Amino acid sequence: MVERATPLGADFRPGSYGDFADGVGVTLSEPSTGTIVEATAWPGHEKALTAALGRGTGLSLALAPGAGAYRDAKAAAFNIGPGRFLVSGKDEGLVDDLARAVSLETGTITDLSHGRTALRIEGMATEWVLAKLFALDFSLDAFPVSAGRATAHHDFFVQIQRTGDHRFDLYVFRSFARAFAMALRHAAQDVGYAIK
Amino acid sequence: MLISCPHCGPRDLAEFSYQGDATRTRPEPASTDTKAWHDYVYTRPNPAGPHHEYWQHAGGCRAHLLIVRDTLSHEIHSVALARSANASGARA
Repeated sequence: MVERATPLGADFRPGSYGDFADGVGVTLSEPSTGTIVEATAWPGHEKALTAALGRGTGLSLALAPGAGAYRDAKAAAFNIGPGRFLVSGKDEGLVDDLARAVSLETGTITDLSHGRTALRIEGMATEWVLAKLFALDFSLDAFPVSAGRATAHHDFFVQIQRTGDHRFDLYVFRSFARAFAMALRHAAQDVGYAIK
Repeated sequence: MLISCPHCGPRDLAEFSYQGDATRTRPEPASTDTKAWHDYVYTRPNPAGPHHEYWQHAGGCRAHLLIVRDTLSHEIHSVALARSANASGARA
């Protein structure tokens, strides 16, 4: 299998940056996502799609706005719109599992593995940094672990899933990933950040 | 200004894009009634008050919405998913 090149460029290299004299506030990384898929239900088949995605990923998914599920290093899925889910996983074969699990009568599976990039931000200052970019409430009460949100920062359309108390995975168009990573780095400058 | 998306909840206006006047009815595509096409394209009531409009939550769930907005105060009177609103005949 050909190794997929990162769209983040040579500039996104490990190290500590910004004001990190007292330690870094956040850590940025590019999680390994072999599969990124958008699943959409035909009208009236939303429940069937949710169940099929659960079978395909092994996740326990609920059908509710922003609801999601996450299993570390395995698979993640969250609701991004009415009858629509973003599903990702480390394994490149997940897209085939999902295509088998979701029948043509239930909905569609669109492979976005080469069209999206996932960026991970984690650390104690994560909410502070993300709040600079997005008009969303990132507190744990309003945005619980596993939940997802679709939002935008100017022209960057971003789908966000909380995967830990202080950790979020952000999915962006691959062609915007380098510019978005730069915006994220600028926002993290004052708290100090590490790239790993 | 905030718009309460039926799916996502209250979101900033910047996430939404205006999609047009929801009060017009497009003539049949094969129609040769020039007056009907002229009225559809050019004749706008431009009300001072509540106005039915299509919007899209383009920077969010990407759903198309039917919004009733007051053109004098910009107050949003109601927001519904366009698909359900049209199905229930709520369109003006």
